[in-house]
Amino acid sequence: MVATVTTASSHTPPVLSFGGALPNDASSQPVVHLDVDPFAMDFFADPHPTHEVLREAGPVVYLDKWNVYAVARYAEVHAVLNDPATFCSSRGVGLSDFAREKPWRPQSLILEADPPAHTRTRAVLNKVLSPAVMKQLRDGFAAAADAKVDELLERRSFDAVAYLAEAYPLSVFPDAMGLQKEGRENLLPYAGLVFNAFGPPNQLRQDAIERSAPHQAYVAAQCQRDNLAPGGFGACIHARVDTGDITADEAPLLVRSLLSAGLDTTVNGIGAAVYCLARYPQEFARLRSDLSLARNAFEEAVRYESPVQTFFRTTTRDVEISGCRVGEGEKVLMFLAAANRDPRRWADPERYDITRKTSGHVGFGSGIHMCVGQLVARLEGEVMLSALARKVASIEITGEVKRRYNNTLRGLESLPVTFTPA
Amino acid sequence: MPSITFIHHDDRAETVSANDGDSAMYTALLHGIDGITGECGGGAVCATCHVYVDDSWLGKVGAVGADEDELLEGVASERLPNSRLSCQIKITEALDGLVLRLPERQV
Repeated sequence: MVATVTTASSHTPPVLSFGGALPNDASSQPVVHLDVDPFAMDFFADPHPTHEVLREAGPVVYLDKWNVYAVARYAEVHAVLNDPATFCSSRGVGLSDFAREKPWRPQSLILEADPPAHTRTRAVLNKVLSPAVMKQLRDGFAAAADAKVDELLERRSFDAVAYLAEAYPLSVFPDAMGLQKEGRENLLPYAGLVFNAFGPPNQLRQDAIERSAPHQAYVAAQCQRDNLAPGGFGACIHARVDTGDITADEAPLLVRSLLSAGLDTTVNGIGAAVYCLARYPQEFARLRSDLSLARNAFEEAVRYESPVQTFFRTTTRDVEISGCRVGEGEKVLMFLAAANRDPRRWADPERYDITRKTSGHVGFGSGIHMCVGQLVARLEGEVMLSALARKVASIEITGEVKRRYNNTLRGLESLPVTFTPA
Repeated sequence: MPSITFIHHDDRAETVSANDGDSAMYTALLHGIDGITGECGGGAVCATCHVYVDDSWLGKVGAVGADEDELLEGVASERLPNSRLSCQIKITEALDGLVLRLPERQV
């Protein structure tokens, strides 16, 4: 019995309410102001204690450093994600408010869009990345994972970030997209840029944008129909121009969405899973004794590490979140990672447990904007963890683990490991 | 509260009470029913909450939507005429006593 599910439903009091809240309404709860910068290097080094502070301070807090409201508890994060009419995406899902500031790149037609515009583009990508398409990809992705693990067993000791977490998605995803062979070294820097750009105008964001020109030029070119091989995700998106679902101008921008969010996320997801299995050998042993747990072991790693840590929304009207009043036109920062370890929702949240019932975690988001590539991510994660469980007896960390810093993504720069063959 | 009976692939039956307005998938997760995965949490993306609706209830659970129809093409176990995604079945008093059979696997 999952007794602590707190999703808004007919039997629980509503998290959100509208209409009754006037300025200085005595019934409103005061919002606690916190002096926390969740985009600072010392925060990234160990965010969990601060996540707890954010959760325990109240259902809604205000971060003076960047002048934003924030939610870090599961119920409130889930509620904000599932009310896109009140918490919109079209004003940007980073700190920058597109109503006041020009976006650094042409606005996304799916991530940074609201219904009804979003509904049409989302339907196209849902079809391109559907469960039926995953069935066709499965055998090829699994064979590539097996081959990658065989190669790594030859190597024995290596950096699991470069040689596994990056190398495996790079060996399957660009081909699945239908990308040309040349220039693929731009993909990870471009994605790092996109996710840094959701953050505030700090050094990480400024440096990323300053160096962005060649990566942007590469991605813009690869999004064109002529550069995408037949049968790939990219060509399938362009084919929807012929059926009238999207225009010829929209197709390249939808391809861009997959290039922005389809690679670095899985790199950090697979990296998180390998890091978990290396740190918690008992869980790796459980996985080795029951290969059917591979998919959930990946899912639990996404909950536990939350490769995508945060997203913003912007309020379209006055709203009360769990009694806290938030006015129209305010940025609301959602701490997905903090929600994924909220003890109000999760039993023993600090434990990586590959048999946990993970459904409902917000590592892929929730609601209409929930990661459109989640099935690709799960497929990659599952077949890689299955290959590791069959072929590797133990994963030992044999050097200094270094963190990679990004305004949105959580992952490692370096994870030196040694594999012992099964 | 309406009750729903989930019959596992090994014929084991579990009957649980549902909240009016919740989906059948959400009800299953709330009660820890193995056999419903619900990876996407009810977003109609993943096709891992596949159920076979007992024939006597088929007329009452509503029609398969266009998106759901497409997703059902991707289910891991065989798609049958009574296949549905349980995230798309909204529980009401009229569905009190609903019987849903679970497929062999969801992934």
